[in-house]
Amino acid sequence: MDRIPILRMGNLLLVTIQVDMHDKLAVTLQDDLTSRIAEVGARGVLIDISSLEIVDSFIGRTLANIASMAKVLDAQTVVVGMQPAVAITLVELGMSLPGIRTALNVESGMQYLQETSRAEEQDMDYDGDSAEF
Amino acid sequence: MENVLDGIRANQDALLKEWLQNLKSGIRRRDLINDSDLNSQATEVLSAISAVSPGTSLERIDSAQWQPVRELLAGISSSRAIQGFTPSETATFVLALKAPIFGLIRKQRGNDAERLFADISAVNDFVDKLALHTTDSYIHGRDQVIARQQEEMLELSTPVVMLWDGIVALPLIGTLDSARTQVVMESLLQAIVQTNSRFAIIDITGVPTVDTLVAQHLIKTITAARLMGAECILSGIRPQIAQTIVHLGINLEDVVTKARMADAFKLALERSGRIVIRSGKSNGAAVSAIREQ
Repeated sequence: MDRIPILRMGNLLLVTIQVDMHDKLAVTLQDDLTSRIAEVGARGVLIDISSLEIVDSFIGRTLANIASMAKVLDAQTVVVGMQPAVAITLVELGMSLPGIRTALNVESGMQYLQETSRAEEQDMDYDGDSAEF
Repeated sequence: MENVLDGIRANQDALLKEWLQNLKSGIRRRDLINDSDLNSQATEVLSAISAVSPGTSLERIDSAQWQPVRELLAGISSSRAIQGFTPSETATFVLALKAPIFGLIRKQRGNDAERLFADISAVNDFVDKLALHTTDSYIHGRDQVIARQQEEMLELSTPVVMLWDGIVALPLIGTLDSARTQVVMESLLQAIVQTNSRFAIIDITGVPTVDTLVAQHLIKTITAARLMGAECILSGIRPQIAQTIVHLGINLEDVVTKARMADAFKLALERSGRIVIRSGKSNGAAVSAIREQ
């Protein structure tokens, strides 16, 4: 059966959707991704959908679900490279995906994830320092 | 019925003369077309009718035999549309042919009331159909003009301007309807992808009114841009429009709005890590520079 590969880069997970998503594939991705986040303790998930040209309400909902699930597992999700047609379709379907972070391309999405994880580390350092006093 | 066609063919000149007389007394817009043009058009129509092969039915003008006549009338009516004739004046051109043919039939049939009536009703139907065809072509010609103008307007009305690296602006001018908003949305999103822009400024200074539908369209565009990873700033909201938006209860809370495009541009520069500073004076005018951070 088809599976969408999940790549690991440090504490980030990178998913590139290169094929047309069908419902079963989306559910499989959701399962794989959540277990992978828990397994490696990922802090960020980057989903590249620049090759995705067809989207329906189920795929949109699954993306939103993945983001919410990742949030529960303490990982920030960024969806990058959405095509104009896909964006228009989702808006027309009434799915504005309010909980999802978006970026233009993998580069800026990666930058955003690294910045947020760095900021969190600094916060943690600060907490650590203050605990010593 | 063939006899009617034969009669028309045999008496072309007399018919033409009478038709022209009718036309000249009937059409008041003498300024739009001169006598010689009218003459040649009428002659062409009559000879086209005469040229139809003998024995053709008058009832079915959509058959292949009547093709030349139909085309000729279509050409005449579209030229009438351009010259500024009204649809009824254009139809009158054909309808004025009725009376001369009726006169001809009366002369041919004499006292044979049965056949006289049959012929007259056949010719009546025939000329009416020709007139309807003329009106149809007239309206079709106008529709084409309107459709072309609409397309041209759509093309003209949606320029996406690149203000800086990664900042595009979309100055909207004129009323927004669904069709236009679709084009606006598509061209903005396309420009965001092509120029890899993180910021898009939508300026509505030139939009005369904002109702719930327009606001809905704007919000859709902004949401779609956000889904693609770009941030939209709405600028150029005039005081009256701000009042309308609040009175209509439109929720623009999730949208960044600025009064002027300059403010929106400044915000976009700041968010992309740039600041505007004044670098000095030349010819008394202040020179500003944008410093990349």
